[in-house]
Amino acid sequence: MSRFVNRFTVPLAIFAVLVVVFAIGIKDSPQKDLIPSPLIGKPAPAFALPSLTDPGRKVTSAQYRGHWYLFNIWGTWCIDCRIEQPMLLKIKQAGIIPIVGLDWKDDPKDARTYLKQAGDPYQSIGMDQDGAEAIMWGAYGAPETFLVNPEGIVVYKRIGPITERAWEQDILPRLPLTSTPDSASSS
Amino acid sequence: MIPELGEFALILAMLLSALQGFFGIVGPAVKRERWMAAVLPAVSGQFVMVAVSMGCLITSFVNNDFSVKYVAENSNSALPLFYRIAALWGAHAGSLILWIFLLAFWSIAAAIGTARLPKPFASRVIGVLGVISFGFLLYTLATSNPFLRLDPPWPDGESLNPLLQDPGLAGHPPVLYTGYVGLAVAFAFAGAAMLEGRLDRDWARWTRPWTTAAWAFLSCGIALGSWWAYYTLGWGGFWFWDPVENASFMPWLMATALIHSLAVTEKRGLFKSWTLLLAVLAFSLSLVGTFLVRSGVLVSVHSFAAAPGRGEFILAFLVVMIGSALALYAWRAPLLKSEAGFELTARESFLLFNNILLVTACATVFAGTIAPLIAAPLGLGKLSVGPPYFNPTFLLSILPLMALLSVGIHARWKRGSLGNRARILILTLVVSLVIGCGVVFGLFTGGRVLSPIGIGLGVWIIISSLIDPIDRLRRHITIPRAVLGMTLAHIGLGIFVISITSVEAFTAERDVALAQGGTTQLGEYRFQFEGVKPIQGSDYDGVAGTILVSHDGSPVAVMHPEKREYFVQHIGTTHSAIYMYRVSNILVALGQDLGDGRWSMRVQVRPLVTFIWLAAFIMAVGGMLAISDRRYRIAEAREPAIEPVGAVTRSGAG
Repeated sequence: MSRFVNRFTVPLAIFAVLVVVFAIGIKDSPQKDLIPSPLIGKPAPAFALPSLTDPGRKVTSAQYRGHWYLFNIWGTWCIDCRIEQPMLLKIKQAGIIPIVGLDWKDDPKDARTYLKQAGDPYQSIGMDQDGAEAIMWGAYGAPETFLVNPEGIVVYKRIGPITERAWEQDILPRLPLTSTPDSASSS
Repeated sequence: MIPELGEFALILAMLLSALQGFFGIVGPAVKRERWMAAVLPAVSGQFVMVAVSMGCLITSFVNNDFSVKYVAENSNSALPLFYRIAALWGAHAGSLILWIFLLAFWSIAAAIGTARLPKPFASRVIGVLGVISFGFLLYTLATSNPFLRLDPPWPDGESLNPLLQDPGLAGHPPVLYTGYVGLAVAFAFAGAAMLEGRLDRDWARWTRPWTTAAWAFLSCGIALGSWWAYYTLGWGGFWFWDPVENASFMPWLMATALIHSLAVTEKRGLFKSWTLLLAVLAFSLSLVGTFLVRSGVLVSVHSFAAAPGRGEFILAFLVVMIGSALALYAWRAPLLKSEAGFELTARESFLLFNNILLVTACATVFAGTIAPLIAAPLGLGKLSVGPPYFNPTFLLSILPLMALLSVGIHARWKRGSLGNRARILILTLVVSLVIGCGVVFGLFTGGRVLSPIGIGLGVWIIISSLIDPIDRLRRHITIPRAVLGMTLAHIGLGIFVISITSVEAFTAERDVALAQGGTTQLGEYRFQFEGVKPIQGSDYDGVAGTILVSHDGSPVAVMHPEKREYFVQHIGTTHSAIYMYRVSNILVALGQDLGDGRWSMRVQVRPLVTFIWLAAFIMAVGGMLAISDRRYRIAEAREPAIEPVGAVTRSGAG
């Protein structure tokens, strides 16, 4: 064994590799808060959920067939969702893509009161009181957001609040330039 | 004024820690007595300044000074005083202040504890601690200053996350951090030995109590965190293999390995370079844990405090601290020579297996924790690492460890015969397996394949740990506290194994919807729902349910699970009611109001779950008992000289 390669330098070498991995983890900003989801590249789960804001109506995946949309899992109990709220309102104002909410393990009354106070960024919201729908999406925390294309395929997933940066660098570039909710129809 | 004072004190503390690091490490290198003499004033000053700074932040919290951003974001005038203080470590910047305060506390304790050791060595230990303090102070001031002002001040604060408004929160982070940070002392001892280029059995004896103390705090801290999650998150889980939990568990596994390896180094002068490496790795994992949790690299359910943009700094700090320690190791460790050999069946071998298995267990947890991070750049995608990965891989290395323990503690140093203990060991193994099978197939039903093994091993660990103390008692030989501590810690481990096994195998759980007067049956337990009543707290209101629980027809308890709504943040929390009946925990959590007086709820019976935390506490007490052993006190008073590497030391304490 040479002077520089022996069993005592192995820990240092392993550490160096780890540092590179960590550095990529930090620097690679589009990947930063993106924990791989088995759903990426696959069809989004089909859903038909009772609407939070319009009782008696249903929010379904069929309504969004042919449109880009963001599927945002949230709850009034979730701190980070409140942090995310202003950004979602901005996205709504931009008018580029509709947001479909999934009100996860929440009290519908609380949720309605909250949206009245804080503003409602969603085009429609499905209720998921028992958490069954969120499981279909593989969510394990809130907020989580999925970008779904007109073919119903999940193209991007974000864990944690959508930041200004994530919106500009991860979500906007994935959308076709000319797209508005109505012109992106593929059928 | 007070926040500015706090910030100023923090800056002074940083400057003092720089002096502490410089004089502590450079002083012995250039052999300047007066430089080394400056280390003690520097570390004392640093401690005082950090304490002043933390006092200022606490004062701002107590006085509801909402012109301070951190206070405004984490406290509220409606919050009870107790939680206003605990809110200090409710988020990132304050947690760091706590971290720094505890590090300063350990540093001053180490300065006092090493006062009787050779001067160059003691000053190097404190010097290394100074470098760590400096890094964290710089990090806090540069990226996470808790004293920043708001202009204009907020009329009232945003309040603390209600999930964190809990007695468990007040206790969990300080205890856990005490353990985390305590490993810095073992790291500093290793650093000093490597800087000095020599390490002998005295070094191991000096290092042992510090390591064991940190380990005991870490054990308690992890147990408190698990207990907190169990009853606040409301769903009765106690361990989620969450990155934040893993971040505390990995240093614990390493510290456990280190404690055992230090025993070999002290008694036999073996495993020297290995012990050094473990000391470096244990604290490195504390740092990496901080990095993973704080940098936002891994987003976790628990990371209330993750903040992007800080990762770069922590990574740079990791490179400096861990990188230089490992480089030093690569340079110095080859100089260390073992003082003797040993036979394959000697106690040294068993402790070697203990170390290999613990490090393997730690490595599997580490791999699982950072796998999503590695998979992303490699384009492997689709990685979901959870209990299906962690449970089996962890057991793969931990089960053999449990099995070897009972034999290992009876093996002798150096020579491999178990002597007359072999027969009694086999006897106890048989008895334990019989008890294990009996418990699983007799008392309860529905156990899985691993259950009799788990309970059998747990019982065996307890019984075999008792053989030696009972033998000594019968022969009227005094039992040293170190042996008593070890025995207690191993018994704690046995209880831990038994309770985990029984919780995993025998938990019964049901989600039901009940109207007033409705009942549900769970095994021998019957739950009757008596409706809900409104409740009112100082910063929340909500409802409390009433549930009558009976066992085999006789009443057991009246339970009141709550659902609370916090005013300031409009956040609802679930407060499950937990009642301990015999050895089982009965848990009731309120779900949703389904209208017409009907509520969904979860009822659960977990046998022995309380013993999981009790076991961790017993282990910690065992550790503390071992620290109080005479030989650590007497030996230090003798002031043994450090001898060169490879020399046979005279003080064989074993």
